[in-house]
Amino acid sequence: MSKRFPLRLNIRQGAVDMTHGSGGRAMAQLIEELFVKHLDNDLLRQANDQAMFEVPAGRMVISTDGHVISPLFFPGGDIGSLAIHGTLNDVAMSGARPLYLSAGFILEEGFPLIDLERVVVSMSAAAESAGVAVVTGDTKVVERGKGDGIFITTTGIGLVPAGVNISGDRARPGDAILVSGTIGDHGVAIMSSRENLVFETSIESDSAALHTLVADLVAAVPEIHCLRDPTRGGLATTLNELARQSAVGMRLREEDIPVKPQVNAACELLGLDPLYVANEGKLVCICERRHAAQLLRVMRAHPLGSSAALIGEVVEDRHGFVQMETRFGGSRIVDWLAGEQLPRIC
Amino acid sequence: MRYVDEFRQQSLAKRLSAAIAAEVEPRRRYNLMEFCGGHTHAIFRYGVQDLMPDNVSFVHGPGCPVCVLPIGRIESAIELVKTQHVTLCTYADLLRVPAGGGRSLLKVKAAGADVRMIYSTLDALRIARENPNRQVVFFAIGFETTTPPTAVAIRQAQAEGLDNFSVFCNHVLTPAAIQNILESPEVRELAGVSIDGFFGPSHVSSVIGSRPFEFFAEEYQKPVVIAGFEPLDVMQSALMLVRQINSGRHEVENEYTRVVTREGNVKAQNLVAEVMELRRSFEWRGLGVVPYSALRIKQSYADFDAERRFELPVSSAAEVKGCECPSILRGARRPTDCRLFGTVCTPENPMGSCMVSSEGACAAYWSYGRFRDPEESPDAVA
Repeated sequence: MSKRFPLRLNIRQGAVDMTHGSGGRAMAQLIEELFVKHLDNDLLRQANDQAMFEVPAGRMVISTDGHVISPLFFPGGDIGSLAIHGTLNDVAMSGARPLYLSAGFILEEGFPLIDLERVVVSMSAAAESAGVAVVTGDTKVVERGKGDGIFITTTGIGLVPAGVNISGDRARPGDAILVSGTIGDHGVAIMSSRENLVFETSIESDSAALHTLVADLVAAVPEIHCLRDPTRGGLATTLNELARQSAVGMRLREEDIPVKPQVNAACELLGLDPLYVANEGKLVCICERRHAAQLLRVMRAHPLGSSAALIGEVVEDRHGFVQMETRFGGSRIVDWLAGEQLPRIC
Repeated sequence: MRYVDEFRQQSLAKRLSAAIAAEVEPRRRYNLMEFCGGHTHAIFRYGVQDLMPDNVSFVHGPGCPVCVLPIGRIESAIELVKTQHVTLCTYADLLRVPAGGGRSLLKVKAAGADVRMIYSTLDALRIARENPNRQVVFFAIGFETTTPPTAVAIRQAQAEGLDNFSVFCNHVLTPAAIQNILESPEVRELAGVSIDGFFGPSHVSSVIGSRPFEFFAEEYQKPVVIAGFEPLDVMQSALMLVRQINSGRHEVENEYTRVVTREGNVKAQNLVAEVMELRRSFEWRGLGVVPYSALRIKQSYADFDAERRFELPVSSAAEVKGCECPSILRGARRPTDCRLFGTVCTPENPMGSCMVSSEGACAAYWSYGRFRDPEESPDAVA
C-alpha cells in the first residue's frame, strides 16, 4: 500500500466521519485503502474522475439502480452483493452482456468502517465472480440521522448481441411465460432478519447475477420477446407491468409456479402472498410457444435455473388482466400490489 | 400435518363442488353471508365462487375489523400521535385507512410521527420497555380473536410496572354485529337481499365457542355453520348450509371441529373478562351505534387505558359522499353497486373502509374478482 498516509485507516474501530466526504486527505485515504484496495482494476486505478475505455460496435444499454435495503446484511447476501447483482440483472434483462459498473456511495456519519469494508469486500467478490469490474465511483458522507448507514447506487453498461431485441412491449397472445426458479426467497429472507419479526427460517436470499443465464438463453433463442427480473413487488407486479406494456392479458397456473415450502410457510404465517414477495436472482422470460421447451431446458441446465418452470401463457385481453387458475380449481385476478404488502389482521 | 395447503386440495374441492351442485334445488336461490373478512379473502383468493352453482351466492358481511372502525377513532389516534407525541403501535392494515382531510396513520408517519407496525402485542410491550421515556400506545382493534392478546399485554404491563404503556381499546364483538344485521330493516324487508344462512366466524369462534350463535339460529331462524378459513372449509360449510336450508332446519353446526368447541377457549374468555368490560354502545362504520357491541378497559386497569390517560378527543367524521360502505358492510349492496367502486375508489386510493383492507369486500372484489364483470370496471387497464 501507499505510504502517503502516515497512519493506516483504523478499520477495526473507526467510523465514517464528515471528513471522509470532504474531498480532502481523509477521503483520499478512504478511497485508496478501502475502495480501490478491494475493487481494484486497471480502470479504477487510473484514479481519474471518470473511466475511459474503448467502445465496441453495436447497441449498448445502460441501467442504474439505488440500493437502500434494511437490514444491510441478510441471509444469502448484503447490500454490497445486492448492488452489484441488481444492476447487472437490469442490464442483462435486455439480453446484453454487462461490460462495466460504476458505484456511488452515500455514507452516514458514524457508519462503522468495518461494516463498510465488509460491504465493499462483498461487492468486490460479486463483481469478480460476475466478471464485471467497478471502474468508477463516488463517495459522499451525510450527517448522522440523514441516511440509513449506507446507500449504494450502481450503474451498469452492456452490449446487446446482434439480432437480439428484447423488450417489455413484445409479449404476444399465445406466448409462453417462464420463470427461472422458486419465487419469494429474497423477500422472506429479508423479513426473517428484520428485528421486529422474530422467526427463524433456513431461507436465504436468492441474490445472484443472472447475465450468464441470460447469455445462455439468448444464445439458444435470440428471438426471446421479454425478460425481466421480478424484484420489488414480486412476480405479480412484473407480470402486470409486462401485460400493460404489451397491452395483453396473461393466464397463470398457480400449481406450476415454483415456491419453496419454507417460503410458503413463512408467507402463510405473515399473511403475505409469495407472488408479491421480492426476488433478486430470478427472471421471467416470455417467448413464442415453440421455443418454450428449449428455453426451459437451457434454464434448467444452468445452476441459477434448476427449478425453472412454464407457468402460463399470454392471452388477448383488452383489460390487461393477469389471471390465475388457482391450485384450488377456481380463478382470480393477480392484481397490481396496492401500496405496500401489509399483513392481514385476522 | 403442516396446515399450509392440506385444506386447499383441488381433488377434494371438485368432489365438494359436485356434491353441492347435486344438493341445491335448481329454482331456489341461496344467499349465504360470510361474516368474516377471512372468509371473504379465502373465497376470492382461491376462486371458490367458480366452484359453486350459479344459484349459490356469497354475501360479504362486516367482519373486517379495519373496515368497521369508525373514522372518528382513527382521527382520535392521529390527534394522539400529533399532539401528545406518543409512539403509536398498531396492526398493519389500519395504517392505510383514510381519515378526514386525506390523512391516514401512514401519512402521519411519513410526516415524522412515531407510528409502528407490529405483529403482536408483545412487540408493543418490547417497544415500551426499550423506550422508558416515551409514552407507547397500542391502538387495539379487532374482534374476539385479537382481544385476548390485548388483555395479556395489559396484565403483563401491570405485572412489570410498565407505566409508559397504554391501550387505545377498540375491540368489538361479533354476536352484537350479527344481531344488528339480522335486525336491519334492509335485511328483513327487502326481498332482494334475504340472507338464507351464515358462515360463522372461525378464529372468533375458537375463542367464544359456537354456543353464542345458538341464539341467532333459534331467534332468527337462520342456519349457522361455523367455518374454517381455508377454501375447503368454506365449501364444506356451504354444503352444510345448503342441506340445512333444503330441510328447513336452522341449527348451529360446526364444520371447524379441528379448532372450535361449543364452549370455546374458557381461559381466554376469563382473561378478557378480568381486564375488559362491555361498553354501553359503540359506533360501527356501516352499522351505526350498536348497543353493547364493544369492550373497554375495566376501572381496575384504568392506568393502562389510553382513553383515560390522554383524555382522547372524541371526533366523528362523515363518510365520503356517495360511498356505499355502510350498505356493503350489511350485505345490502354489492361493491359494484357503488358509484365510487373502481372509479375514484381503488386499493391505491381508497375512499371507503371496504377498499382498505384486503379482507374488505370491495378490495377483495377489486383485486381478485373484477374480471367476472369487466364491463363494470372502467379503470381496469390503468
